[in-house]
Amino acid sequence: MDIIVCVKHVPETAEAELKIAADGKTMESIGLVFDVNEWDDYALEEAVQIKERLGGTVTAITVGSDAADSTLRKCLARGANHSIRITDSKIENSDGYAVAKILHSAIMNLPYDIVFTGAQAGDDGYSIVGPALAELLDVPHATMVKKIQIDGSSVKVNRELEGGLEEVLEVKLPALLTIQTGINEPRYVSIMGIRKAMKKEIKILALSDINLDEEEVGESGSWIKVEKMYLPPVEKQAELLKGSPEEVSAKIAEILKAQGLI
Amino acid sequence: MSNVFVLTEHRRGQIRDITFEMLTKGRELAEKLNGKLTALILGNNIKAQAKTLTEHAEEVLLIENPQLENFNSDAYQQVLSNLIQQFKPYLTLIGHTSYGVELAPRLSVSLKLPLATDCIGLKLENDQLTITRQVFGGKVNVDATFNEAEGYIATVRQAAFPQEETEVKGEIKEIPSPLLKEGERKRWIEYRLPPPGEVDITASDILVGVGRGIKDEGELPAIEELAKVLRGVLACSRPIVDKGWLPNDRQVGSSGKTVKPKLYIALGISGAFQHILGMKESDLIIAVNKDPNAPIFSAADYGIVDDLFKIVPALKQKISEMKA
Repeated sequence: MDIIVCVKHVPETAEAELKIAADGKTMESIGLVFDVNEWDDYALEEAVQIKERLGGTVTAITVGSDAADSTLRKCLARGANHSIRITDSKIENSDGYAVAKILHSAIMNLPYDIVFTGAQAGDDGYSIVGPALAELLDVPHATMVKKIQIDGSSVKVNRELEGGLEEVLEVKLPALLTIQTGINEPRYVSIMGIRKAMKKEIKILALSDINLDEEEVGESGSWIKVEKMYLPPVEKQAELLKGSPEEVSAKIAEILKAQGLI
Repeated sequence: MSNVFVLTEHRRGQIRDITFEMLTKGRELAEKLNGKLTALILGNNIKAQAKTLTEHAEEVLLIENPQLENFNSDAYQQVLSNLIQQFKPYLTLIGHTSYGVELAPRLSVSLKLPLATDCIGLKLENDQLTITRQVFGGKVNVDATFNEAEGYIATVRQAAFPQEETEVKGEIKEIPSPLLKEGERKRWIEYRLPPPGEVDITASDILVGVGRGIKDEGELPAIEELAKVLRGVLACSRPIVDKGWLPNDRQVGSSGKTVKPKLYIALGISGAFQHILGMKESDLIIAVNKDPNAPIFSAADYGIVDDLFKIVPALKQKISEMKA
């Protein structure tokens, strides 16, 4: 089973303070820590587990600048056999559609049984790349996958619906699946493991190597164009309780008592 | 070219709320465009549901076929491609849901129509459509425009727009299904319900929810003790279930349970919209988070910007004292 996993190098923003750049259209990246996109972490783990069970290869592929090499190194340390990075200055400001076209041009000539992507990226959150790439590759797909059973020439997958419900689909191989968090337990990578991975090759490709026109990527090749980035307007704000932990706890206890909750 | 299409989302005979939210927004946009609002409903034996839609849209296009009995994005894509190519709407709205996410990107690629996903705002000014969406887990908003095309597609976030009643009396038009033999590449098999858990968090008056703010499974018992002192139950946001620290029947949010307790204490939960969707109807919400800009503080009544591990023991003690 040959599996290609599309991964993205994204900033960790859950606990970071974010600043909009001076152009008003991008994020200030100084001070942000970048890592593998959370959903892609699960996708890579799923691919490596399948490889360990059934044999074959795992190839991690990303679109981005040389900073994204650390994400590919992590994938290699976790068990990916090969890695590819597509880079070009023209790629900047690409949306999910433009990225899908780039990945398509790179993947179309590679052998694969399954292509994995994360269900979404933690930064731009488009949820576009997976299914758009499936259409370009002309293979069936399923998104938000929580369980995979490989069954010869097809896979049975559980998709996450709303309210805890799942649906089971049967999808013919080759196929593209977008992976939801929680499908497995991504393994820990040691510093030693990453050091070893430093010796493995990262294949670097430019747009000309994958025969994709400049107009197909960046702003011109995208579906949408960012006009403005701003902090969400505050419509309602909690009343902030201030003081030492003891003081705020006393305030909360009073509020709960007044409402008959204690 | 000035009409707005809304794709009806339904499951097990029920039209889902997102449909009515999109119809409300779609009507506003159609009026601005001097166009017509059309609801599309694809399914099997769904005439009654189509009738409901006539109270919300001027026109209801009904496409019935046994292959549309359960949602299958391949079948939906074929039918929608035909309808969009035939009627050429200015804009097609689809829910940013488990169904919409499966369908919309592929449909857009095949039709060569640009798509904006997870929209929380759609605005028409001087014939220019601007969409608003969120990035970085809801911490930043983006306004964006489409690259020019014959028509546009947008997926809409759940609960981003209100539902409004109207006086509309629409008409149903039945359109023959273009589907021929059943697709072979992707087959719907069945729904799978999670096994019932030991605790029903929707039945509890008091919930203490934990999120990414806890870094280790060993930190959970301290939180559970606080829940116990409050005679409440421990709940959580998605990351805690993903890590396997709590079973999924404890998860609050769009992919978990919707809860309406008298008290919801959110500890170390940043407040992704999926979580907010599941708990915003709680009577009283108290949030503790280190990040003063965490979106949870927009949903909470009271907020404490501090380390939850400083607050939890202090609060537990105060409440024990008060009960004594």
